Amino acid sequence: MAQIELRDVAHSYYANPKDESDYAIKRIHDQWEDGGAYALLGPSGCGKTTLLNIISGLLTPSQGSVFYDGTDVTELPPEKRNIAQVFQFPVLYDTMSVFNNLAFPLRNRGVGEKEVKKRVLEVAEILDLSPFLNKRAAGLAADAKQKISLGRGLVRSDVAAILFDEPLTVIDPHLKWNLRRKLKEVHEQLKLTLIYVTHDQVEALTFADQVMIMYEGELVQTGTPQELFENPKHKFVGYFIGSPGMNFLPCTLEGNIAQINGAFIELDDETAVLGNKIKGKLEIGIRPMFLECHAASVAGGIATRVKAVEDQGNFKIVTVTLAGHTLRARLPEDQAVPGNEAWLRFPIQWTKLFADGRLVK
Amino acid sequence: MSLSLERIDKVVGREIHLKDINLDLESGSRNVILGRTLAGKTSLLRIMAGIDRPTRGKILIDDKDVTGVSVRKRSIAMVYQQFINYPSLTVYKNIASPLKIAGAKKEEIDRRVRETAEMLHIENLLARLPAELSGGQQQRIAIARALVKNAELLLMDEPLVNLDYKLREELRIDLQEIFERREAIVVYTTTEPAEALMLGGNIVVIDEGRILQTGTTSEVYRNPSTTKVAEIFSDPPINYLSGSVQGERVHFAGGVELALVDHMQGVSPGPYTFGVRSNHLTLSQTSNEDTVLRGTVELAEINGSETFIHVQYDNTRLVVQEDGVHHYRIGSKISIFVNPGRFFVYDTDNKLVASPTRAYITNSLQ
Repeated sequence: MAQIELRDVAHSYYANPKDESDYAIKRIHDQWEDGGAYALLGPSGCGKTTLLNIISGLLTPSQGSVFYDGTDVTELPPEKRNIAQVFQFPVLYDTMSVFNNLAFPLRNRGVGEKEVKKRVLEVAEILDLSPFLNKRAAGLAADAKQKISLGRGLVRSDVAAILFDEPLTVIDPHLKWNLRRKLKEVHEQLKLTLIYVTHDQVEALTFADQVMIMYEGELVQTGTPQELFENPKHKFVGYFIGSPGMNFLPCTLEGNIAQINGAFIELDDETAVLGNKIKGKLEIGIRPMFLECHAASVAGGIATRVKAVEDQGNFKIVTVTLAGHTLRARLPEDQAVPGNEAWLRFPIQWTKLFADGRLVK
Repeated sequence: MSLSLERIDKVVGREIHLKDINLDLESGSRNVILGRTLAGKTSLLRIMAGIDRPTRGKILIDDKDVTGVSVRKRSIAMVYQQFINYPSLTVYKNIASPLKIAGAKKEEIDRRVRETAEMLHIENLLARLPAELSGGQQQRIAIARALVKNAELLLMDEPLVNLDYKLREELRIDLQEIFERREAIVVYTTTEPAEALMLGGNIVVIDEGRILQTGTTSEVYRNPSTTKVAEIFSDPPINYLSGSVQGERVHFAGGVELALVDHMQGVSPGPYTFGVRSNHLTLSQTSNEDTVLRGTVELAEINGSETFIHVQYDNTRLVVQEDGVHHYRIGSKISIFVNPGRFFVYDTDNKLVASPTRAYITNSLQ
């Protein structure tokens, strides 16, 4: 297992990149600790697969270097980096038995048969594949096949990290949770460095201890799922994590009061002090779940017009307009539903300030 | 316009795709067809569209039999799961194509293409080719093409299923606003309870080619008539506990028991299945009536705004939904609270006998 470090890595698919927008990876300087479970989460085209390929060695970055446990591996191909990969589609030998599939990477490296058997049985046990060891891989369901792909990575005791690229794409929805659970168990038991790439927030947030959010070739925030939800450091994180995403309102600041066309919202003193020093476009951000929405006038409530109420069964999403901006609030099941008007309150601990898209903190 | 399906069967080879489908749909109505993969949703839409002929039964439009009438002669627009556009035509020409085929005037075409493009927020992409656009934008074009001709029947077959969740969220909001303003009969298929609830209107729950329940979407959600409907209309899956009613109390496996209160009063003795949705299982006590179930955490799934905690309780898997994002260790012990007022009660035929909004009726006639 290894700690992986990227030093000032940037990559462009163009031979002569002219400006920032020609870079798929803008400048990434980060590290993945030994034994951590990481997810790289972002929308299609954000550069996450490019980054994964740089880590695995399938791609040499145009700039910067890659270190494994302090050793520069930038020029080394994947097979010299001891990386195992699990792709969207299972990669295995259909005609071989499950046992032989799992044994393949070891035999390929000249490991003795006794050791091969020991490792294969161990890994099969962890992945619940023991009953299938003598079966041919071809006849198995997609989730079992994907477990074999994972097992082929796990059998190697020298593997530095296992990289996953959208590994649950071909798995039926009701089986996904089972595999997610298995992946977490594997991590708990074996303490491997795992890096999981996906555009799906459920997969990333469920799998990883640390989630790295990628947006337009940059890592905009790394944090625990709870940190990303409660304290997004970038507007994109607020938008991308959570459904519906965070609400944003352009504002000006006076003292600790954010003003939005005549509406006043109080900020905590610390944020206000920082906010008053910063130049840039200021915006208030609040999650729909934390925005209080009342059917009748309340102390400190801001009156707004209701545009729509959507019944989601166990909660309602109320869409309101405030000074020409649309906001969404998530209304708990047992709370009164507003008619044409609703009164909003912005709890101070959940009201965040952003300057030019970044959290003021 | 009204569309009626009467006793429709569709048999392909030896497989029954649809069985005894009866439906009446009115202009301006929004109709969600909710069912799992392979439940028959697409087969049903294709029959409504006139693409496929039913094996038995009739299709009536305004009481006129149109069972054999070709799709070209009906006023229908359909959107599919895959983004289907003409690759060599610009976005403008893609959207204009149905009007051109219908022989509309140039000015009329121009006005309607721009109007529809604006509705779907693609007005600045009109000169582009589909291949240059993202999946979400491509599906917006396909939807615009379906909307532009103002068809009387608008059929949408899981139109958002192939999009990333953020794009899905945005398009879902836009679609709602668009449907509000339509005079057409809108029929929309989905596998997702949340999507069905968001679209509202009426719902048809189908499974294995049969209609299980119809009604307004919120009423069916609150009173799923069978355990199957409750399963199809709950995500995460509804939790079931088997219990036995004796006198005024119910005894659950695992030794827990509680009094039959509120809507469950009077339930006659015998075995029942008690259903409770995951958002009604909580990790802190919410009322004095709450019963405690103790279990072991199997996994905590996080969907961005909520945490779904899978818990093993006495050989049953329960899912608890908690607002916000929280961390739970696999294998840790946990106490789950449930308010008896939240239970759906199903009899041994899996039929609903009491729900939180519909009290048990002592019916000596049955």
